[in-house]
Amino acid sequence: MSAGRTGHAGRAGDAQPVLEVQDLRVELDTPRGTASIVNGLSYSVAPGETVAVVGESGSGKSVSVMALLGLLPAHARVGGRALFRGRDLLAMGEPELRQVRGDGIGMVFQDPMTSLNPVLTVGRQITEGLLAHGRVAGGRQARERAAQLLADVGLPDPRAALGRFPHELSGGMRQRVVIAIALSGDPALLIADEATTALDVTVQAQILELVDGLRAEHGTGVVWITHDLGVVAGTADRVLVLYGGRCVEDGGVDDVFERPAHPYTQGLLGALPQLHDGPGGRRSELVAIAGAPPPPTDLPPGCVFHPRCPVRGDERCALEQPPLVPVALGARPDGTAVPHRAATFHDTAPGTGGAGS
Amino acid sequence: MTGFALRRTLQSVVVLLGVSVAVFALVHLVDGDPVRLALGTRFDQATYDALRERSGLDQPLAVQYAQWISSAVTGDLGVSFRSGDPVTVLILERLPATLSLAGASILVALLIALPLGTVSALRPRSLLDGLGTVVSQVGISVPEFWMGIMLILLFAGTLGWFPASGYVPLSEDPAGWARSLVLPAVTTGLVSGSVLTRFTRSSVLEALGAEHVRTARAKGLGPRAVLNWHVLRNALLPLVTVTGVQLAYLLSGVVVVEIVFAWPGLGQLALQAVQARDYPVLQGAVLLFAFVFLLLNLVVDLLYTKLDPRISA
Ligand SMILES: Nc1ncnc2c1ncn2[C@@H]1O[C@H](COP(=O)(O)OP(=O)(O)O)[C@@H](O)[C@H]1O
Ligand code: SF4
Ligand SMILES: [Mg+2]
Repeated sequence: MSAGRTGHAGRAGDAQPVLEVQDLRVELDTPRGTASIVNGLSYSVAPGETVAVVGESGSGKSVSVMALLGLLPAHARVGGRALFRGRDLLAMGEPELRQVRGDGIGMVFQDPMTSLNPVLTVGRQITEGLLAHGRVAGGRQARERAAQLLADVGLPDPRAALGRFPHELSGGMRQRVVIAIALSGDPALLIADEATTALDVTVQAQILELVDGLRAEHGTGVVWITHDLGVVAGTADRVLVLYGGRCVEDGGVDDVFERPAHPYTQGLLGALPQLHDGPGGRRSELVAIAGAPPPPTDLPPGCVFHPRCPVRGDERCALEQPPLVPVALGARPDGTAVPHRAATFHDTAPGTGGAGS
Repeated sequence: MTGFALRRTLQSVVVLLGVSVAVFALVHLVDGDPVRLALGTRFDQATYDALRERSGLDQPLAVQYAQWISSAVTGDLGVSFRSGDPVTVLILERLPATLSLAGASILVALLIALPLGTVSALRPRSLLDGLGTVVSQVGISVPEFWMGIMLILLFAGTLGWFPASGYVPLSEDPAGWARSLVLPAVTTGLVSGSVLTRFTRSSVLEALGAEHVRTARAKGLGPRAVLNWHVLRNALLPLVTVTGVQLAYLLSGVVVVEIVFAWPGLGQLALQAVQARDYPVLQGAVLLFAFVFLLLNLVVDLLYTKLDPRISA
């Protein structure tokens, strides 16, 4: 296990969650009808805890976090609640939300090649956030702080880097800049959306280590979105498996990986030998399960996974939606208890009693 | 000067030389005997020989070209067949009127295009967007002379706010200059503005969709900061090029508008030279247009290295 996964005092477990998402729903009108992209997603993130959200491309991972910060197109319909330090993000107006963005909650996006503005200097892109949140008294102080942030994320010669443009930096260095921006408000929550997907393996490991170190040091809650299970195995405390905008399984990372209860999770893990070789040591894409996820404009009735499910125990699968229910008492890697849950009528996990059988 | 600027400048000079050869060849090969054409049907042999010799037309073409281009470099473009005035003087006489009109037109065009194009992009398919589309459609498709005449009828005729035509030099009467400029500048500005509006709209739309805009919003920036620094700042880049092309077009004389408004610009000069077969003037004017075009392109490219850090100077 990674050194970063142990350590932060008072983490996980019973602390007041920094984020509590309750029954999140997102719908978008498209030319092909209403797309139900997120369908009743609930989870919470404790301070210092890393929650991984995994699922194939198109399962609603990005949309589910963009909804939290009001970054979706204006015509998106967002329902449910998302309590950030007790205040509902989804009920906030734009000015209030703006104070949370980049301050209480930092975000890191997938592609560092495109998530920075090519025509502004790195320094400017950090200082504008600091100034917008009134975290510094003026330009001079903002530059000092920006240089400090770049030093914190391990950029060599941070002072010189302030005057650089994104294209003058490597992909890994750019992502460090994006992380520096996300961290500039000392966020209580960091959301990383496929933050290492575009990077090569060694750089990926460095970024993972960096974020994990910062999490341990500051007690930041982390939502780590990825379709790369190797990443999850090394860094997460808990895993949430998303399919068709629903959570089909969640629990402590070892429980889910060693005893996957949902046929979808089993499929994802099936083609992944030796996941536990170390944090980021092995890069394993979610290998295709036969078929493709259903389009959000046309979700099947019953279990969302039903059309692709190799188990498909009985006709209930096609008619009823299986609820997310505990399949076992589980635990995080640090030993604190957390239920292992799955949404399937037929739990075929090795070593569990099974919910529906 | 940086290596890039030097290279680009040399390139432009080479292209300009190429253009000068083409212009010279066209005038001399296509038009037959320029002196005969210039003199028309009634002339005597003595006049013909005199003009021919004075223009150096008795020399071989290559020699003529060498003479023309080497004097052109020193600012001597020869003498008009018609008036006998130096071509450079004729051009310089027209230059203030053309510069005034081109400058004012591009100003009008940008004043229309930047706000209208930006708002259309920010609210696609809104009422304003629809209005913008209609306005730019009209600007592009309505002939300039018709637009000019309509403006004259309304603002010079009915309302009497501006003079119907004519150019007042800035040095003589600044207020009169400005008033004389309004209607022709609005006419050409509407046309250029329509082109630029559509371009601004698509350019801003594209910039809006860029991922770094999401990063900027996720940072907690206000809508104004996001728009100014992460959308418009980026959309500006391609706009600079198109604006440069529009300006080059305006500077090469907008013949139709110059005629409608009796505007003594370079377009009229070139047109008269064509009609009169005054080939030294025509050659000089076309060479100047090519020069202006290349110069503006050069300026745009150099400006680009300042505006876009990805293009290293
Ligand atoms: N702006 C949008 N309009 C319509 N559909 C969208 C929009 N954004 C995302 N979607 C759809 O929502 C689904 C989930 O997208 P996303 O959250 O990006 O998936 P993931 O991040 O898991 O790959 C996809 O089917 C995608 O096509
Ligand atoms: S509920 Fe039925 S269809 Fe859905 S995952 Fe379980 S077995 Fe498969
Ligand atoms: Mg995504």
